[in-house]
Amino acid sequence: MGKDMRQVYTETLIDLASVNKDICVLEADLMGATGTKPFKEAYPERAFNVGVAEANLVGVASGLSSEGKIPFAATFGTFASRRAFDQFFLSANYAQLNVKLVGTDPGVTAQFNGGTHMPFEDVGMMRLIPNLTIVEPCDTVSCEQIIRLAADHKGSMYIRMHRKGSQTLYPEDQKFELGKGIVLKDGRDVTLIAAGFVMVPQALKAAEMLEKEGISAAVIDMHTIKPLDEDLVLSYAKKTGCIVTCENHQVIGGLGGAVAELLSREYPAYMRMIGAQDQFGQVGTLDFLMEEYKLTAKDIVSAAKEVLQKKNK
Amino acid sequence: MTEKQLKQLYDKAREARVNTIKSIGHLGVGHIGGAMSIIEILTYLYYSEMSVNPENPRNPDRDRLVLSKGHAGPALYSVLAMKGFFPIEWLDTLNVGGTNLPSHCDRNRTPGIDMTTGSLGQGLSAAVGIALAMKLDDREQHVFAIIGDGESNEGQNWEAAMSASQYRLDNLIAFTDYNKMQIDGMTSDVMNLDCLADKWKSFGWHTQQIDGHDFNAIEEAVQAAKSMKGVPSMIILDTIKGKGCSFAEGKLSSHNMPVSEQMMKEALSALQEVN
Repeated sequence: MGKDMRQVYTETLIDLASVNKDICVLEADLMGATGTKPFKEAYPERAFNVGVAEANLVGVASGLSSEGKIPFAATFGTFASRRAFDQFFLSANYAQLNVKLVGTDPGVTAQFNGGTHMPFEDVGMMRLIPNLTIVEPCDTVSCEQIIRLAADHKGSMYIRMHRKGSQTLYPEDQKFELGKGIVLKDGRDVTLIAAGFVMVPQALKAAEMLEKEGISAAVIDMHTIKPLDEDLVLSYAKKTGCIVTCENHQVIGGLGGAVAELLSREYPAYMRMIGAQDQFGQVGTLDFLMEEYKLTAKDIVSAAKEVLQKKNK
Repeated sequence: MTEKQLKQLYDKAREARVNTIKSIGHLGVGHIGGAMSIIEILTYLYYSEMSVNPENPRNPDRDRLVLSKGHAGPALYSVLAMKGFFPIEWLDTLNVGGTNLPSHCDRNRTPGIDMTTGSLGQGLSAAVGIALAMKLDDREQHVFAIIGDGESNEGQNWEAAMSASQYRLDNLIAFTDYNKMQIDGMTSDVMNLDCLADKWKSFGWHTQQIDGHDFNAIEEAVQAAKSMKGVPSMIILDTIKGKGCSFAEGKLSSHNMPVSEQMMKEALSALQEVN
């Protein structure tokens, strides 16, 4: 078993902090969950735990940033968005500061914490903040690279990060650029645009299943949800004529919404959106929840066939 | 404090009041009440206490101020203009489209503003972050923060209070502008703040309560706060909303009120008479 996402997150920050004295870590009583205790051991003076107080977490991070520090503040995605939205909006973003807010346990990965802790709305809320960069790494390689890019990026970011799992989809030397999606598999008939740890592998699996039925599906990892890689989306909308977005989030306001906004403006094409359909979360295992919210490869295959049928009518 | 220093502070406070009333009066509406009540503390900080450099507003070796009650920006703008951070003529541009002086403090628009504020309750957390950063960088300066009494209803203040205490931030000195009024009425009627000093004490802060319009009391309290080791300081300023402005002093309606040319003239003339 390889390193899990939080281990990669923490080790990357420790490495960055060894050469950049401005890197700080902030937690709100979830240091164990986020896995940043090794950072605290390495750099105790630069690791701050504010207790169960997410508004203060983001406010303190903003103050540190105003002094030139580069704070990485983490909590569950529900609290990062719903609980501390005004603080992130105003103290961090309206103030044009440089706060990296990490929202963990995205969507169904909240599992047994259930509906109270299951962020299906965080990306939608964050997309409303002007100029904010929103990213969601899908594996350990992209996690490390995106954290490195985040440390260099001037401006606040929302980093939506699964913390427990381990998976490697990319070669170690894969290059990433904020705002540039990656074509994982080319295709002619339909494009699957996915983001995150849960949905990118499902999209790849769906593409394989479609291939067996003679349908050629392209798969894009849209690791940066905002700013959206418009050129890439438009080129594949033109190439394949129909699109399925795949997100571990509400279909309202997230990746699907972003793609739909672009296409309706520039190149109307048939779409289906995989994701929670205006629903709250609930408790369950990952498998149960993926079935329940129709986030599986099988669901993506059905959606792909639907848009193909529309396109070919 | 010598008589001469005291007189200089009183003169500067009157000048700041005149400028603030003119600035808001020029526009015709504004947050006059809560601006007037903090004139003395702002005057003391900028003319007697804080190390700042108008030529280099972001000089790292400066003292910082977070005006968490951001709606009192016009009072701070007056003092910053008097100190030379920007031309005094800017005060006539308050809230004019494209201005550098918006109603609420904005660190990206106004030279000398250290933190963007306006949504109440957020400034003290930012001040905690600034204080932590200053400790990391071994800076000896202080961060000052001013919160409102109505603002103290916001729970985030108390989150920030706990964290300042936990991290032993003796470089953080906060003030509460306790003018006993908030938008919808007296604080005692809307949301009672009784035993405010005890509240702060119980959160682990070195706490003093003084007449917020008395420069000698302010100086004594600030110097006592600066001498504390290992604890943050709260200085509760007993103030009068609208203080020194004839049409606003002690009036509940003064939070954000229209100001006619006649009202402005009368207020300015009353301040001249005090002189």
